[in-house]
Amino acid sequence: MPGIANGRGLGVRALAAYALAAFTVSPMLWVFVTVFKPDDEVFSARLPSRITFANLAYVLTEMPLPRYLFNSALVSVTVTVVALLFHSMAAYALARLRFPGRNLIFSAILATLLVSLPAILVPLFIVVRELDMLDSYAGLIVPSIFHAFGIFLLRQHYLDFPRELEEAAELDGCGYFRIYWSIVLPLSRPMLASLGVLFFLANWNAFLWPLTMTRDPDLRVIQVGIAGLQGQYSSSWNYVLAASLIAAIPTMVVFFLGQRWLVDAMKTTGLK
Amino acid sequence: MSTLAQHTADARRSARRRREAFAAYLLIAPDVLGLLLFIGLPMCLALGIAFFEVDGFGAYQFVGFDNFAKMAGDAMLSRSAGVTLGYVSGFVPLAFAVSLGLALLVREPFPGVRFVRMAFFLPNVISLVVAGVLWQFLLVDKRGAVPALLRPIGLGDVSWLGDPRFALASLVLISAWFLVGYQMLIFLAALNDIPREYYDASKVDGATPWQQFRYVTWPMLRPTSLFVAIHSSVGAVTGLQAFDLVYVLTRGGPANSTSTLIFYIYQQAFTYNHYGYAAAMTTMVVAFLAAVTGLMFALTRGGRFDAGDR
Repeated sequence: MPGIANGRGLGVRALAAYALAAFTVSPMLWVFVTVFKPDDEVFSARLPSRITFANLAYVLTEMPLPRYLFNSALVSVTVTVVALLFHSMAAYALARLRFPGRNLIFSAILATLLVSLPAILVPLFIVVRELDMLDSYAGLIVPSIFHAFGIFLLRQHYLDFPRELEEAAELDGCGYFRIYWSIVLPLSRPMLASLGVLFFLANWNAFLWPLTMTRDPDLRVIQVGIAGLQGQYSSSWNYVLAASLIAAIPTMVVFFLGQRWLVDAMKTTGLK
Repeated sequence: MSTLAQHTADARRSARRRREAFAAYLLIAPDVLGLLLFIGLPMCLALGIAFFEVDGFGAYQFVGFDNFAKMAGDAMLSRSAGVTLGYVSGFVPLAFAVSLGLALLVREPFPGVRFVRMAFFLPNVISLVVAGVLWQFLLVDKRGAVPALLRPIGLGDVSWLGDPRFALASLVLISAWFLVGYQMLIFLAALNDIPREYYDASKVDGATPWQQFRYVTWPMLRPTSLFVAIHSSVGAVTGLQAFDLVYVLTRGGPANSTSTLIFYIYQQAFTYNHYGYAAAMTTMVVAFLAAVTGLMFALTRGGRFDAGDR
């Protein structure tokens, strides 16, 4: 390994790293423990005197949390699938096909890379209002699909693909859509998986857009639901924390299942 | 004969080229239309709406430059710009230094290094809302875990989110906790790309670890450092972090000490229905983004991303 540390140095490093890692996750661990405490021990500095599932059971049965979870799942899965499809299509064309205006279109897409939702929130809200999509699943889903990041990353990835397979398919008389669907798409599965993880996390965790464009309580997503609980049940920390834990579980699961792809994606970002 | 063959070949090639272009336009159409409608149009629209007063029912009234004139005299706007400036100048250097330090720390393998890297990234996996709720619980005045831990050193009664002197600093620290793992991964990827021969050579020359960092690592990291610094600054001004955390932790308070620019714009639009005024302020943010994007293109010569283009 890049020879900076000798054996002893590495030992000290490892100890420092363990300590800092523990420091980083300790707030999450403490909240995790607190969720299983009886409500009169929420602020006690000790471990729970007995482990209770009452807080989790309460928020799942007495609050509309299942509905919020369903909405979040529906929106984030749909956005992820459609975004992967659209972005891989666009990226394949931008990386492989020749057409007038290609460089201009790619530069224009790249120019929107830094634009974030908060920056354009107000005019975007007005666009969506004019499209009559406020307070609807369509309004939650459609505007969230489009982002330059995924197109950029996939295009970069496709540029590195060996051309031979596509050329062979072309000789066999395959059209461009066939090549895209049966060669490019299956070959980029690992990249699509890692992007899928990122998209799912971003959309499951989305707060500002759903907060801005939904009024209907039946359309509330989990993040908006939790922020609402926090105001409504500000003295019942046990419930607010239990709901937060439930909101965090899917993201943790997706992260742990997907993290080996995620690291690969980071390596191919071309951002280095 | 040969010219006829050439003609047919030319015709076939141009037909092929047309087919290729047609397929390409079909493939990029959904994304290009979506980006135009939901990013391009709003960016242009911001400027258009800024010349109108828009009420909650969507009635527009032309007011010329009134909204821009209002910005000049709005003390809350300059206050919010100041908060954002303070937030950026606290968050960006802190997150940069910590994430680079962590990346250097976990660069070489040791037992459990994968779990340590994951631990640093973990806050990024939960949502900003959950992160906000979590820290609000830990920082509850007097009874929370943080005041309890700080009591022995006499800081048990500090109101970290309720005192205007500390709220912004708390916001900076919580943001850094949330985001350093992400920046660390970017640095880590770049560190792994530095050829190890450079370190071997510097070792032969008798370089100290500090000299290795100063004369090998730091110069080799320059493009990444630039990228991280730009992204981190843009994120601190216009990112979700500057809204979600503020909304959950403080709602801009106490005494507006954490009311960031984008939080203020949100309030003007969706609490007070001043859409036109909010749009006028949005043009400022869009101008900032355009400037940074231009800077990024200039610094990367617009073509760095295209190195592998054919």
